[in-house]
Amino acid sequence: MNNYKHMETTKNLKESKQHCFSRHRIPSGCAVFGIVNESGKTFNGSMVLDGISMMHERSNGLGGGFAAYGIYPQFKEDWAFHIFYDGSISKSQTEDVLKENFKIIFYEEIPTKNKSFVKDPPNMYRYFLKLKNNFVDSGANKKKIDTDSRIDKDIIKEKEEDFIVDLVMKVNSNIKGAYIISSGKNMGIFKGIGYPEDIGQFYKIDDYSAYLWTSHGRFPTNSVGWWGGAHPFGLLNWSVVHNGEISSYGANKRFVDGFGYECTLSTDTEVVTYLFDLLVRKQKIDLSIIHLILASPLWEEIKKMPEDKREILKAFRIIYSGALMNGPFSIIAANSDFMYALNDRIKLRPMVAAKKGNFLFVSSEEAAIRKVCSSPDILWHPRGGEPVIGVVNKQNIKNK
Amino acid sequence: MNYIINAEKLNYRKLNLKIRNLLAGPNNNAVCGSNGTNPSITIRNVLGQRYIGDGLEHKNSIKIYGTPGNNLGAFMDGPVIEVYGSGQDGVGNTMNSGRIIIHGDAGDILGYSMRGGEIYIKGDIGYRGGINMKSYSGKVPVIVVGGSAGDFLGEYMAGGIIIVLGLKGKKVLDIPFVGGKRLVGNYVGTGMHGGKIYIREEPGQCKTGKEVRKMKIDGEDRKILYKYINNYSNLFDVKDEKISNGKNSADNFFKLIPYTHRPYGKLYAY
Repeated sequence: MNNYKHMETTKNLKESKQHCFSRHRIPSGCAVFGIVNESGKTFNGSMVLDGISMMHERSNGLGGGFAAYGIYPQFKEDWAFHIFYDGSISKSQTEDVLKENFKIIFYEEIPTKNKSFVKDPPNMYRYFLKLKNNFVDSGANKKKIDTDSRIDKDIIKEKEEDFIVDLVMKVNSNIKGAYIISSGKNMGIFKGIGYPEDIGQFYKIDDYSAYLWTSHGRFPTNSVGWWGGAHPFGLLNWSVVHNGEISSYGANKRFVDGFGYECTLSTDTEVVTYLFDLLVRKQKIDLSIIHLILASPLWEEIKKMPEDKREILKAFRIIYSGALMNGPFSIIAANSDFMYALNDRIKLRPMVAAKKGNFLFVSSEEAAIRKVCSSPDILWHPRGGEPVIGVVNKQNIKNK
Repeated sequence: MNYIINAEKLNYRKLNLKIRNLLAGPNNNAVCGSNGTNPSITIRNVLGQRYIGDGLEHKNSIKIYGTPGNNLGAFMDGPVIEVYGSGQDGVGNTMNSGRIIIHGDAGDILGYSMRGGEIYIKGDIGYRGGINMKSYSGKVPVIVVGGSAGDFLGEYMAGGIIIVLGLKGKKVLDIPFVGGKRLVGNYVGTGMHGGKIYIREEPGQCKTGKEVRKMKIDGEDRKILYKYINNYSNLFDVKDEKISNGKNSADNFFKLIPYTHRPYGKLYAY
């Protein structure tokens, strides 16, 4: 009681009141929401905006964002970079790097609405780039590369992608105040500080048409809210949105570090992105089994399995022990071919999925799905460690 | 007196204030109709609004059409909420008395810390149904699930009754990659130290936590099952021969009870 009185009489009453208020825990969690049209048909951003807005209470205004696939058909062969700059020096330094390595096909400020929707946005630009180096005769492999052969094409593609990954890592860690937030082809990430519905309006995302959208409303608990740290997190065509925390961050960080990925953004979502890139793009592990690495069954479960399965699972857990993600999480990872949603093994974060015709929806709450699709064909709660995968039929996209 | 609220695009605070003012009055004094009965409310177009019915203390009836948001009926002490749709997470959180009836499915942590009242779910429930529910001061909370239940059913359960009927034939998938199907997920009753769980399945199928044992049902269990199965059938108008052949249908259930009231009593003792 005395203490309380003392507090009331302190000169700094305002401060002590704020202190009292901040002691109230506001129970909440991030929101994730994703939609993919598996036939590759594009639809505008108002649907994803409607969905994520339903979960306003899950975020606290310290981060919101969207990833959209299929939005730049006029530049679909070019690398599309979205870059945040804190000032003009970082911009000129970054552009020097870009000019050195790429032919800039087109660039512009990312179109936004009235800045009243958000607070202190950085300068943001997008660039459409062609690599100067075509990687046809590069590398230690001296044998002449046949540009028509499928295998050699894959090699060239992988070399290009590795080069982009290196370049993004270099810019993000070496140029102060410059962050490449999206670096894929025919896709882009739009994010910042604010509620997702404000961020969506700020970037006018209903002006874009995509066949796959993911979105995020942030409630940061372990790291600061800043423009680059909002979700989705992106690299190459990857984007990841994430609710929860990766308690195994340290182990995962060390694991990807051994493969040349540097974690620079002080968010655990970054390491998830690198894990997907490593397992799916680099090591070409089939999508249908990567959950056995990322959210592997518990040892107790593995013990009960028949021998053949038990041995495979044991091998996975031993070889990829550093890729196992622990802690409460629900994530939606996407690239231009698929959307992939996954929960931690004991489901400490919510996840609901639904299908309607060619549409697949994944959400933190059922209400968000019902908002954009009132009567889905099926709606289900995936089990912990059970992935929900929507694969895009790329044939249709090419024919468009 | 029945009020109708259209909840379309209504923020959850405004909606709940409306409900509270109509049912309980601004000072939480019960508003009684002229014939002495409590007023009821029908809410249409509900979509994601949280905390509906939270903390209400009188025997009102609330009918909800749509998908109510998280923590439906939390700390509720008396009303009957009936949902024509599905519930999300945290239905009946720390509820004290009353009834929640859901004509669809429900999400995770259904009946979290519930200490009285009844929850009936027509379909399936998510993870951790009945987590930490308890019997308190003569009250016995009850959860009846018509379909299946996810992992950690009855986790840290300290009292009350959970009944899983398994009527829909839709079985919970076993862990991915392994295949196989069962009615209730893994680790049923982990940390359980009070209460009873009844499951209509072969006992061998059920993967429990370390703290519970499987038992055959006895005479008292039959009475309990008969009562709540009957309620379920009437509430949802379900006539399923799997549960409708009177007291004999109880034979298809087994019971889970904890080995001890204090499973961790010696954990930190040395």
